[in-house]
Amino acid sequence: MNQLFLSLLGGIFISGVAGYLGTLMLSKRMSVVAGPLAHLALPGVALALIFGFSISLGAFPFVILGAILIWFLEKKTKLPMENLSAIIFASGVGTALLILPIGEAEEALSGNIMKITLPETLITIFLSIAVFYVITKIYKKMMLMNIFEDVAKTEGINISMCNLIYLLSIAVVVALGVYLVGGLITAALIAIPAATARNLSKGLFSYKVLAISFGITSSISGILISTYLLLPTGPLVILSGVALFLISIIFRKKIV
Amino acid sequence: MSILLEAKNLNIKFGKESVIENLSFSVNKGEVLTILGPNGAGKSVLLKSLLGLLPYEGEVAWHEKPKIGYLPQGLNQLRVKDLPLTVGDFFDLKNFSIKNKEVERFLKLVGLEKDILFKRAGDLSGGQFQRMLIAWVLISRPDVIFFDEPTTGIDIGGGETIYSLLHNISEKEKITIFLVTHDLNIVYRHSTHVLCLSRKGHYCFGSPKEILDPDALKEIFGTEIKLYEHNINKN
Repeated sequence: MNQLFLSLLGGIFISGVAGYLGTLMLSKRMSVVAGPLAHLALPGVALALIFGFSISLGAFPFVILGAILIWFLEKKTKLPMENLSAIIFASGVGTALLILPIGEAEEALSGNIMKITLPETLITIFLSIAVFYVITKIYKKMMLMNIFEDVAKTEGINISMCNLIYLLSIAVVVALGVYLVGGLITAALIAIPAATARNLSKGLFSYKVLAISFGITSSISGILISTYLLLPTGPLVILSGVALFLISIIFRKKIV
Repeated sequence: MSILLEAKNLNIKFGKESVIENLSFSVNKGEVLTILGPNGAGKSVLLKSLLGLLPYEGEVAWHEKPKIGYLPQGLNQLRVKDLPLTVGDFFDLKNFSIKNKEVERFLKLVGLEKDILFKRAGDLSGGQFQRMLIAWVLISRPDVIFFDEPTTGIDIGGGETIYSLLHNISEKEKITIFLVTHDLNIVYRHSTHVLCLSRKGHYCFGSPKEILDPDALKEIFGTEIKLYEHNINKN
């Protein structure tokens, strides 16, 4: 199958679910958390490069482990998740700096969606849909928890379970994001579409739909531009997102 | 009337400091219990412990498993200020689906117009936001309501409207209400029982008439309360 088609397909699914998840993370003021988790993927990516297996495969266990650690530490210490992520982040980068073969690190840093294979594309699509479904299930509960945790508890919401599912969803999206745009800028894949959508929406529905659309738009345009200009894809996906964000600022005042 | 809640020898600590010591009381179904006391006496902490949100020593026994509606003190509107949440979206966060007509009906009950449904929750005035929260709690049709200073920030007429509404609902639908308020006029007119907490770890429990005499109030608040007599004379 055509490589460009596979790359576009993978990119669309990853960026769509990343944009959706981003709306929840922005409302929890946790957009930045994806960054540390993505950096935590770096040791896994390093191992993948050293032993020659898929970098997503290398990234997954580390990111999932990081998410579980954050969840566990939050329960134990009651420190904000955002702060705990910083600790996890440092461990990831520290380890990666020790073992990452710097010469081959470009893929780890800026992604390699242009080399995605058919099985990888299929797995990406499956995981994206699964995470999308799971986030939809916990969306309202998470939103209520973000606003008033005590009220959410009295409404019978299992806070701890929701948080775990939420962090695992972030972990999966981050690992996929590392594939699309690389470890350095995965956070942007999650944070920017949500920010753009928030600028333009008054209610929850348009917020979600716009974030998903902006995510998909930036990944399509990033992949196409990189194909024509022969420049790295990941950075162009993110810069497309930034461009949309800048445009949204102009329209912001008229809508809100 | 049947007993709904019994608290026995309740001890609550906030950090290392003991806030409530050896408190016992019981609440019957359909009663309106007001918890009265100066700032820092542990009113909100007591509510949270009864709800199981804070740890305590002693016994809190619910005689049935009620559906609880809770409105904490000073729910901060800032938390929704930046969120793209309309009032309609806000009601949609409930774990069951509600028709817009139903939301409009409850908004009307608390004195809000239906066009507010499409406004951002963060753009409402403080008083409107508080009224919306009250409607949000009531729309689940709870059997027991915990209201912690629910009318903070609501104008005088509005507070009166809401307390009359609560009073009507509790009488009609036999809802039990736990209320924290500083408005003695409201306590006198709308509650069936008063539990007073004073700083000294000194508690009293009884009907508003028994509790709300000037001497008792002085004991609770540590200062003469003149407002009270003035309010009583009006009744």
